[in-house]
Amino acid sequence: MRSATHARGAACAVVVALAATACGGGGSGGGGGGESGVLSSSWGDPQNPLEPSNTNEVQGGKVLDMIFRGLKKYDPKTGKATDMLAQKIDTSDSQNFTITLKDGWTFSNGEKVTAKSFVDAWNYGASLKNNQKNAYFFGYIQGYDKVHPDSGSQSADTLSGLKVVDDSTFTVALNQKFSSFPDTLGYAAFAPLPQSFFTDHAGWLKQPVGDGPYSIESYTKGSQMALKKWDGYPGADKAQNAGVTLKVYTDNDTAYTDLIAGNLDLVDDVPASQLKNVKNDLGDRYINTPAGIIQTLAFPYYDSAWNKSGSEKVRTGLSMAINRKQITDTIFQNTRTPATDWTSPVLGTAGGFKEGLCGSACDYDPAQAKKLIQEGGGLPGGQLKITYNADTGSHRMWVDAVCNSINNALGNDKACVGNPIGTFADFRNQIGQHKMTGPFRAGWQMDYPLIQNFLQPLYYTNASSNDGKWSNKDFDKLVDQANAQTDTAKAVSTFQQAEGVVRDNMAAIPLWYQNGSAGYSARLSNVALNPFSVPVYNEIKVS
Amino acid sequence: MGRYVVRRLLQMIPVFIGATLLIFLMVNVMGDPIAGLCGERACDPATAAQLKKEFGLDKPVWQQYLTYMGNVFTGDFGTAFNGQPVTELMSTAFPVTIRLTVVAILFEIVIGITLGVVTGLRRGRPVDTGVLLATLVVISVPTFVTGLLLQLLLGVEWGWIKPSVSPDATFGELIVPGLVLASVSLAYVTRLTRTSIAENKRSDYVRTAVAKGLPRHRVITRHLLRNSLIPVVTFIGTDIGALMGGAIVTERIFNIHGVGYQLYQGILRQNTQTVVGFVTVLVLVFLVANLLVDLLYAVLDPRIRYA
Repeated sequence: MRSATHARGAACAVVVALAATACGGGGSGGGGGGESGVLSSSWGDPQNPLEPSNTNEVQGGKVLDMIFRGLKKYDPKTGKATDMLAQKIDTSDSQNFTITLKDGWTFSNGEKVTAKSFVDAWNYGASLKNNQKNAYFFGYIQGYDKVHPDSGSQSADTLSGLKVVDDSTFTVALNQKFSSFPDTLGYAAFAPLPQSFFTDHAGWLKQPVGDGPYSIESYTKGSQMALKKWDGYPGADKAQNAGVTLKVYTDNDTAYTDLIAGNLDLVDDVPASQLKNVKNDLGDRYINTPAGIIQTLAFPYYDSAWNKSGSEKVRTGLSMAINRKQITDTIFQNTRTPATDWTSPVLGTAGGFKEGLCGSACDYDPAQAKKLIQEGGGLPGGQLKITYNADTGSHRMWVDAVCNSINNALGNDKACVGNPIGTFADFRNQIGQHKMTGPFRAGWQMDYPLIQNFLQPLYYTNASSNDGKWSNKDFDKLVDQANAQTDTAKAVSTFQQAEGVVRDNMAAIPLWYQNGSAGYSARLSNVALNPFSVPVYNEIKVS
Repeated sequence: MGRYVVRRLLQMIPVFIGATLLIFLMVNVMGDPIAGLCGERACDPATAAQLKKEFGLDKPVWQQYLTYMGNVFTGDFGTAFNGQPVTELMSTAFPVTIRLTVVAILFEIVIGITLGVVTGLRRGRPVDTGVLLATLVVISVPTFVTGLLLQLLLGVEWGWIKPSVSPDATFGELIVPGLVLASVSLAYVTRLTRTSIAENKRSDYVRTAVAKGLPRHRVITRHLLRNSLIPVVTFIGTDIGALMGGAIVTERIFNIHGVGYQLYQGILRQNTQTVVGFVTVLVLVFLVANLLVDLLYAVLDPRIRYA
C-alpha cells in the first residue's frame, strides 16, 4: 500500500511538471467517434486476408457480417435461418437443391448480384490453389474431391455440383443427403462476390466490396477500418446509424479503459479482469448473453489407456467430480453457464438444445465420482494431465479450478495437474500430431446455429474437428439418418439420440456454455449480440 | 577514423548473421505455425500442405534460412500470414516507434541530464536527497505500473489525455507514453550524470577554469558537463536499441501500433517472417547506435582518437 502511494506521488510530480507543455492537447472531443451518428467499436487485427471463405475468427467475421449478405441470414435474436437473398430453395430429395434469388440486389459498387456471383465465389472458396481455410464448408457439394483433393493437385477448377441456370437461378447437387443444407447458407463463407474480386484481387483486399448494409470507406490494415452506411442497400435490415469505425486494440483492457474514458463507444469482449467492476462502471450498459460456444474436455482415443472398456466410467466419474457451478460463479462471474448437454442454449429447444440431456453425469457428486473412477480401473497412469494453451483467455484459472475440484473429490492432491502449452499454434500442433496423453481443452464456436454443427464435426468418425479421434458406429449411423431426414423436427430428435450416444460413452466432458459480453457508452442504444457473439451493428442507434 | 569505421562495419557482419540465425532458429523451435491458423480445428491436410509450400515451411530449416537471407539482401522480408508484406508492416510500425523513442530520448536528455547536473552541483542538499529518492522510486516501480497508473489518472480520472493513442500517433499523443517508456532510463541518466559531475567538480581543470574567472555557466557547460557526459552518452546510445525493442509493454498499454505491437502479434501467431524481419532491423539499429556512441566519444573528449 505504501509503495503504491509513493509511486502515485512521484508519478503525479512528473505529470504536473509536464502538464503545462503537453497534456493540454487531450480532453477535447469527449464522445467516441468524430462524426455524428458514427460509433466506434473495439476490434482485433484479422488473422487472415478478409476473404469470406478465408475468415474463420470473430474479428474478420465482424466485418463480413457488416459488408455481406448471403442467401440466408441468422436472426440475431433467435438464431433461426431466414431467407435474405434467396427467394426460395427447393428440393425434393434433400440432395439436389434449386436456389432462386430475389430481384433488385446489387453490390455497393453497383454490380448486380446474380447466380454467377454465388457460383464463382463458391468455386473460388473450394479450390485448393486458393488456400481458403473454410474450404471444407463446400465439402458437401458434388465434385469437391476433384477441386480439393486430400493430397496432390486438383484435377478440376470448378465444382461439378454447381450449375448456373439463369441470372437468378442456380442448382446445387450434394454428394450425400443433407436436409439442413439450406440452413448452413447463412455462414459468411457462402457469401456472393463481385467480379472485381476476381479481376483485381489485390485491390479488392485493400478495400473489400460486398452487398451488405455497410460499405468500407477506408481501411488501414492493422489499425483501423471506417465503415459507412450504404444508402442504396436494398435489404430490410438497413443500418440504423451513419457508420461504424473499428479500432484495433492489442489489449482488451485498454479498450475497456477507453470506453470508461469516453473515447470509445463499444467494447464487445469485456476482459475477465474487469468483470468485477463492470456493474459499477457501466450499470445497465453491460450485456451478457448466451453465445453459440461450448467448452469441453476432449480425450485422446488414439491412446489405448483412454480407449479400453471401462474407461467410459472413468470419464463419467471425472465429469461428476467437476463442480461446474462453483467455477462459473467464482472464476467467470456468471459469464459462463454450467453445461448440461453438448450443444448450446442459443439453438433453442426447437433447434435441438435439450437442457439436462447429460443427466446425473454432469451433476457434481464427489462420492459417486470416486466410486466410478475406481470401478473403471482408476486414472490411467495414476495422474490426470489437462493440456491447454496458456497464451489467451483465462484458461489457466479454470483448468486449475477443475483440477482442484477433481483432487478434492478423489481426496488426492496429485490426482490432476494442468499442463500449459505456450502458444495456441503449438497447442494445435501437438493435438494434430496426437501427442496428448490425457484430457485437453476443446472449445467449439458454432459455424451456424444447427445441432448438426455441434455434433458431426466433433464426434463423427474422422470428422474435421474430431481431435480425439473418437469413433462410434452407432453415433455415425444416427447422424447419417438425421442428415437424410427431410422433416426438421424428426432430424433434430435423431441428432439428440446421437447425442445420447456421446453421453453414454462420455466422449467429451461438457464444461460450460460461454456467453458473449459487451459494454457500451451512453450515446448508444439498442445494442445486442447475435448468437455468434458479434454485436448487431446495423441495429445500434447513436444519439 | 575512416579505417576505424570500416573495421567496425566489418565486425557487424558476423554479429548480424549470428543474431538473425539465432532468432530464426528460436522461432522455428516453437513448432509449426500453420496449426494455429485454422482456429479450434485442424486445418484440412491439403490446405495445410499448400500453405506450408507457399511460406516455404516444407523445406529443411537451413534451406529456409538461406532463402530468407537471400531475400533479405534484395529487400524482401517475406509475407505475414494476413497477406501483408513484412516491409509494409515495417513502414507503418517503425515511424511510430521511432517517434516514441525520440520522445523518450528527449525526456532522458532534457530532464535526466538537467536533474543530474542540479543534484551533482548540490550534493547532500535537500534537492539532491529528494531527487535521489524519487529516482529510487521510479527505478523500483515496474513500467506497466507507472503506465497503467498514468493512463488511469490522466486519461480516465482527470481527462487530460486520451487513454489510447490514435493510429496517427502524433508527437503530442506520444508524450505521456514516451515519458513512461523513458522513466526508468531517465532515473539512471540522472544518477549517472550526478555522480560524474560530482566527481569532476573537484578536478584540476575545473578549478583552473574557475580561477581564470570564467562565468559559472560557462564552467559548467563547457568544462564540467562535456567531460562528465561520456558515461551518460554510452548509456543513452545503448538505450536507443533497448527502447525500440523494449516498448512492447508501453505500446500495449497505450495501444500504440508500433514495433512492439507487431512483434507481440508475430510471436503469438508464430509468424517467423515478421519476427525475424523486425528483430533483424532492431539488431541493425543497435549496432549502428553503438558505433555512433563510440564516434561521439572523440567529439566529447579530444584525447580519445581512433585509428
